[in-house]
Order: sequence, then C-alpha cells, then structure tokens
Amino acid sequence: MTIRHHLSDQLLLGYSSGQLPEAFNLVVAVHLSLCDDCKARLGAFDAVGGSLMDACDSVAVAEESLAATLARLDGMPVAPLPRRGSKTVPAPLMDYIGTDLAAVKWRSLGMGVRQAILPTDKGASARLLYIPAGQKVPDHGHRGTELTLVLQGAFRDETDRFGPGDIEIADEDLHHQPIAEAGVDCICLAATDAPLRFSGLLPRIAQPFFGI
Amino acid sequence: MSLETGQHPVEEPWGALILRVRDAQDREAFAALFRHFAPRIKGFLMKSGASAALAEECAQDVMATLWQKAHLFDPSRASAATWIFTIARNRRIDALRKSRRPEPEDLPWGPEAEPDQQDALELAQETERLAEAVALLPEKQRSLIERAYFGDLSHSEIAAETGLPLGTIKSRIRLALDRLRHSMS
Repeated sequence: MTIRHHLSDQLLLGYSSGQLPEAFNLVVAVHLSLCDDCKARLGAFDAVGGSLMDACDSVAVAEESLAATLARLDGMPVAPLPRRGSKTVPAPLMDYIGTDLAAVKWRSLGMGVRQAILPTDKGASARLLYIPAGQKVPDHGHRGTELTLVLQGAFRDETDRFGPGDIEIADEDLHHQPIAEAGVDCICLAATDAPLRFSGLLPRIAQPFFGI
Repeated sequence: MSLETGQHPVEEPWGALILRVRDAQDREAFAALFRHFAPRIKGFLMKSGASAALAEECAQDVMATLWQKAHLFDPSRASAATWIFTIARNRRIDALRKSRRPEPEDLPWGPEAEPDQQDALELAQETERLAEAVALLPEKQRSLIERAYFGDLSHSEIAAETGLPLGTIKSRIRLALDRLRHSMS
C-alpha cells in the first residue's frame, strides 16, 4: 500500500497532546496503524510531550503514595499484547465495528450510498461510508473539518485521488464532490466536527434525518 | 511528610530501570522511577486542570500501568519520559474527558527482534537534544507549545485565553515546531 496523503502536523500535535475529540482520534489512530511514516512523525511529537512533562514543575506526592502503589502491584495482571487488525479493519477500528467490514449494519442514504454511525463522544462524529464503485457522493461543503480515510477502494474529487490508507483533510474552504473509482466499492472512515453542508436541495432536507 | 520532588542522583538511565522492571519485576527500580516520575506526572496533570487529589490518584495509576506494560516498552522507539508521557496523557483523557482513546496498532517486539542497543542509544541522544531545544525556544513559542500539551485546550480556546488571534497562535506553534525540527537535523 502506497500512502500519498498523510496526517498534518496540526493533527499529529492534537493527537499527541490529547486534544482531539474521540472521532478524530479514531481516524488518526487508523491512519497511524497503516502508515509508518506518520507513526515516526508522531514519535517526535510524543517526545516533545515527554520532555515537557519531564521538565515540568513537579508536585510532591504523599509519602504513602509509593507504598500504596507498590501494594497494588501484587497480583496485577500483565497487560495483554496489542491486538492485530487487518488492512481494511486496523485494530483501533475493531473496538467499534468488530473484525469484519461485511458485518457492518449499514443505513441507506440513497443512490446506493450507505453509512454506519460509530458511537463516539461529542465534539465530533464518526461514520463509515460505503460508496458503490463509480457512484458520486452528494456535492457538499463543510463548516468545520472533515477527515476521510479510505479503507477499501478509492475515490477522486476536485483535489486528487485517494486510495487505501490515504486521508483527506477537508476544511471550510473545500467544496467537493467525491466519486468512487470504478472497480471496487469504496469504504471510508470519516469524521466531522460540524454538520456537512450539502448544496443540493434534497440532500439538505434529508440531512437532519440521516444525522450527517 | 512528602517525598522529595527535586534532584535525585541519576544512577542509571530511566529506560534501563524500566527494563529491570520488565525483566525482573524489580521493585527497587520501580521505586526509583516512581520517585522521579510520579511528582512530574502529578504536576503535569494539575497543569491540565486536575485537582491535587485526582492528579495524585492518576499518577499512581500511571505508575501501576508502567508496571503492567513494561514488556511493551521499547527503548529504541521511545525514551522513558516519552513513553510515560503517553501513558499519562491517556490517563488524563480518561479521567478528565471520560472518553475512549483509540490507539494505533503496534507490533510488539518478539524475543527474536530485541531492539538494537545502538538504536536505543541514538534515540536517547536525540531525545536529550530535543529537550534542550524545547528549553531554548523563545518564551512566547514555548508557552504556547506547553499550553497545547498541558492544557486540555484547543487552539481556539487558547485564543480566548491568551487574547491572541487564532492565526497568530497557529503560526507560532508552527514556527516552534519548525525550530525544533531544525535543531534536530
């Protein structure tokens, strides 16, 4: 898998410092699971956090704190080894949908396009999108930021082509109409921190009902 | 009475102590790590808005997690401080926001793929240079970077608090990151 579209510094900083809403964390974690370059870049951001914490004004802990913690260690289970996911369902996504994309419960959005909303905290929402090969997603703009990560297939919009592992970071300035490539149906993981703004009248009316 | 928070003689690099916890469940090594890191974790969490009591409780949790996860520590990929920071950050998200934290998939090192000593040494040196570079950042940039990491604040919330326009904050943070990157290369 050759990933051409990567995480921005701003997203990596947000992820490393723990400021992003859960839905964004999920998309970032899935990309990081697929992309060693971004994982290495994240390492640098984490190192900044580590050195800030190490240089931070320390606050005395209670004398009995160490003894209390040592006492807790007895019989504490060893943490399990990290889970392994697949290319289409990397480990962080498994906590939300299980191991199989085929088992996802989709809801139709019309024209063959389907979605499944994933439960996350407020601040942003996450969903899986299923776009049949060759199908257009309704033309839309954004009020906030929209992250779209390809899990299977590929799509194109006014800016470029996005294949497996690629992430598109769309802000308020981007008004786009993604089209799934012919061949394999396209499945994406998307997160938004504000409702999308559809241009057509029908999708605009339908929007509140579909929760997008 | 409280544990001393300041200067402890560094007898052994912190990463080596974590490896002693990993390989021998060494409680003395754990205690040395605790004395150094617990007060810093507590300070970090209090800067992020936790009460002293919550910060202390979480600092204990973070150190207990270090014990549980010591077998996942890889000194060729993260320094002790970096690794402990990621545990503390996750605990903070859990405690202050009560939300889940999706973590990337990570392949564990098997015994056959024991990380290279040379890699670990180089990483430790890089991390030290980074810490120096952070300390040398101009005050304005360092305080914004600190705010981004310590405060549970988005850029726009920082804007409201500092009175700086959002564009200025973003460009200062970017500048600080560029400087850091430059000083590493």
